[in-house]
This record gives sequence, structure tokens and C-alpha cells, in this order.
Amino acid sequence: MTGTTRRGGWSMLLWVAPAVLLLVVFVYYPVVENLRLSLYRWSPFSPREVFVGLDNYATLGADPVFWSSLFNNAAYAVVSVVFQVGGGLVLAAVLEELVRGRLKGLLRTIYFVPAVLSLTITGLLFQFMYNPQIGLVNGLLDVLGLDAWKHSWLGESATAIWAIIAMSQWQSVGYVAVLFIVAMQRIPRELYEAAYIDGASRVQAFLRITLPLVREMTLLAMIITVSGAFLVMNEVWVMTAGGPNNASHTLGTWLYKSAFFNDQMGYAAAIAVVIFIITMTASILQLFLGRGKAVQY
Amino acid sequence: MAGTAARPTYRGGGDGVGSSVGRVVAYVLLIVLAVAIVYPLVWMALNGFKSNAELFGDPWGLPTTWRWENFGKAWSLGVVRYLANSVIVTGASVVTTILFSSMAAYALTRHRIPFAGPITVLLLGGMMLAPTVALIPLFRLLQAIGIFNTYWALVVLYTAFRIPFTVFLIRAYMITLSRDMEDAAVVDGASRWQIFWLVIMPISRPIIVSAALLQALFSWNEFVFALVFINDTELKTLPVGLLAMQGRVLSDWPVLFAALTMASIPMILLFLAGQRQFIRGLAEGFGKG
Repeated sequence: MTGTTRRGGWSMLLWVAPAVLLLVVFVYYPVVENLRLSLYRWSPFSPREVFVGLDNYATLGADPVFWSSLFNNAAYAVVSVVFQVGGGLVLAAVLEELVRGRLKGLLRTIYFVPAVLSLTITGLLFQFMYNPQIGLVNGLLDVLGLDAWKHSWLGESATAIWAIIAMSQWQSVGYVAVLFIVAMQRIPRELYEAAYIDGASRVQAFLRITLPLVREMTLLAMIITVSGAFLVMNEVWVMTAGGPNNASHTLGTWLYKSAFFNDQMGYAAAIAVVIFIITMTASILQLFLGRGKAVQY
Repeated sequence: MAGTAARPTYRGGGDGVGSSVGRVVAYVLLIVLAVAIVYPLVWMALNGFKSNAELFGDPWGLPTTWRWENFGKAWSLGVVRYLANSVIVTGASVVTTILFSSMAAYALTRHRIPFAGPITVLLLGGMMLAPTVALIPLFRLLQAIGIFNTYWALVVLYTAFRIPFTVFLIRAYMITLSRDMEDAAVVDGASRWQIFWLVIMPISRPIIVSAALLQALFSWNEFVFALVFINDTELKTLPVGLLAMQGRVLSDWPVLFAALTMASIPMILLFLAGQRQFIRGLAEGFGKG
């Protein structure tokens, strides 16, 4: 402790009361209640709950859309860790090492801009980007003479989720890169100067100095990215609504559709429990990997 | 400055010519990436000025005439309404989130309060819980307390779910403040409330500004709660409203592009205006603690 605390007494609890109450009522209670609800069968418009034990979980295991949703989330996580965290790290290092002055600031701003846009905006925009008639993606393939690679990207079961994932990389790589740049700017320059005097190349300096020192930041970015990948919903709902033939659902959209289109609230709660387990595991695992050091997530 | 001074020592790294070729390649790749990131956004804005025939006939080209009326049409078809709703919900949730989070951070870092440990764990632990997991019970809870399908639903949830992250940011900052000014204020007979508003909050301004920007970004773009807990078209915020507009433009796609362009502008401007505080805030928040 820094020794800055003064005696506050019980009346200071009033200062934390609004935050604590809001969290307990609107965050913790619903998460616990969700566990209970996953054991019942009910629909949004009839309040009568029927206890069904673990039936919803049995349904889950036998539901091919659940499994393909889980696969889609996992694909999202893997691709995002590679392109956003890996790519963001390299992008940050290159930008930080090579580019100086105004160009550096300009590039950083440009890379970051898509991340401030709503996923509904970028989702609708990329619906048009992937459009077989007017889309730039097929247009670009035409120009490059790769006609054979053209697809109705969002209209085909095999490509829909990958097209959505690709959009997400476009939107977020710059965001993660800026987080890394922030971490890198905290590294004392003398470390690099000493390494270069000792004859280290840039790549060696990156591997030996930058990488270990932004390890914390890398873990943090991985937590956010992996957990985020299992919560993906907005862009999928906007771009395909889970189609075609339920091929591009993620756990989030399948939960939403089950609850509010198929009237299976209990089943949706069971899907939420799966999301809960995955995101909690990711957080706890990463906390252990970071050995609790400064990574507060 | 440090960079220019250090550059000669990089040469000492012994990669001579190879490094300058590498440098050119890296520059080209960086610029290609920048173009790939910006081009879709430019395309979106340009398409907002076209006619449908132009959009389909020449999707890559410039509009032959600049049809500003598309923007007017998009505005009255719903953008104005959704924009107003987003401003209300975002503004309210920024105020409540910052207020409650800084009060909690102040009590936890500047005072010795009962149960400080468990309270800190409870507040920060909320970062691990995702909105999706609470969606189904919240649907019933909001209906039971009568705020389903109102602005309140979104303001309350955006505040509750973002308090953990915001407390984390502000707490990490406040914990480092020296107590000299507070002590002086106590000697002058200031109350806790006065110390909070007149001493602590002004000193914490950098982190408050970045926390507010991050909260605005979150509330402005939040989708799932806005989709599930708002039924009235009149109350929809931009992320859900734009989706509804897709059906309403009756395949007049340039109007939709115009709507998307207009909806993009506020956040881009806010980011450009607050970029420094935003990035500095991230640094303060992620490094400390």
C-alpha cells in the first residue's frame, strides 16, 4: 500500500454503494440466475417454468448448430489471436522502430479508425464489399485474374463465417497494434541502444527486448481477443443472421435465435452457461499465465 | 527526438544495405495496409452520393453528380432519431459510469474502509462476466422492474457492466496520487465531498477524460442489449436502428450508404479530437497497479 489511506469508517461505504448495488443486481445476480434458468423450460411470453433437470444440456450435445457455432467461435479466436495479436504486435514493432514523425502518427490514426465504428456499420459495409455484383472483393479478384476464386462470400455455407472473421481482422488489427505501441513506448530506449552497440540486429532486439517486455500486454490482448471471440454476435447477426442454413452462427447468435425466435429460453440459458464457462476459463487461465503480475483482468 | 538521436546507433547493428531494402519494403507494406484499411470507408462515403444505377454500373468509380439528397433522405428515414437516442443513452451512461466509478475508486484508494478487499474483488471481478451470459435473466428482470423498452434499460446496463473496467482505470490512477493536497484541504476544513470534487477529481482529469471517452465508445456502439431490450423503433440507438433501416430503404442502397456514412462521423470525430487523451489513458490504465 502507498500509505495514502486515511481512516474512513462505515460512512465511506456509501461511496461504493451505487457501484456495488448496480453490479450485484444487474451483473452478478443475472449470471447466477442464468445457471438456475438453464434447468427449466419456458418461453418468453409464458412465465410458467417447467423443471427439466439437465435436459437442455442434453439437447445442446445433440444439436449440430450448437457444435458448428462453437467451431465458428473457436475459428474466430484462433484467427484473431494470429492476425490481431500476432499481426498487431509485429505492426506495432515495425511502426515504432521504422517510422518517425508525422507519418507515424498518421498511420497509427488510420489503423485505429475502423475500431471506433459500430460493428453494425462495418458489418453492413462489408455485406456490400462481399456482394457478388458490386462488391470490391470479387472486383479485386477479377482485376488480379483470379476469377476462379470468386464467391458469393456471405451466401455460401462454406465461406460465410470466414468472410465475417476477415472483416473483423480488418476492423481490429489497428486497435491491438495501438495497445502494443503504448506498451512499447514504456520500454527504456537505452536497452535498445545497448543491444545495438553489442551488435544485435533489429529482429534480435525485437525478440530479446521488445517481446519479453510486452509479454504482459500480449497476455492482456490475448485474454480480450479470445474472450471476445466467444462473445461475437453483432457482426454475425448483421451480416448473415447465422445463415445460410445456420452455417455461420456463433454461440451468441444461436442463443439469441433460440431465445427470441424459437421460444426456447431455457435452452438459450444453457448456451449462456457454455459461454460463461469458456470466458471464465480463458480469464482464469490467462491470470495464471501472467502469474497475477500487473495483469488486472 | 530520442529516435533521431538513437538512429546512428541502429546502423551499428551491422545490417547496412540489407536494412535499407528492408526499410523500403516495410514502408510499402505499411502504406498498402493503410490504403486497405481506409479504402472501404472512402468507398462507403462515395457510394452515398451515387444513384442505384451508378452503384451497380460502376461500383469503383466516382459519382457523376454529388447527390446530397441521399443524405437528406437517410436523415429523415431514421438517422436523426437514432442519432438522438444514441446521444441521450451515451451521455447519460457516461455521467453515471464516471460518477459511480470515481466515487468507488476514491473510497477504495484514499480511505481505509471496511471490507475494502472483498469490495475491490467484487468490483474488479465483474470484468470477467460477459453481457451475453446475463441476457436471458436480464430480459425478465428489466420487465419485472418496469424499465424494459426504455432508455433506462440501456443506461443502467451500460453503467453496471462498465463500472468494473472504469473503476480499474481510475483506481490505478488515484492510488498513485500523493496525499499532500488532500492534507492541505483537510487542514482548511474541507469536507470529503469537497475534497473529492475540488481536489481529487481535478487531479484525476486525464484518466477521467479517457475513461469517459472509452465509455462513450462502448455505449455508442453497444449492440446486444440495444437489440434485445428495446422494441420501439422510436427508442432504437444507431447500431440497431441502422439494421432496421436496411429494410426501410427499399433497395435504394445509396441511401443506406449515406446513413452509414453519417452514423460513422460522430465517433471518428470524437476519436480524432480525443486521440491523445485516449492513448495516454490506455497507457496509464494498463501499466499501473
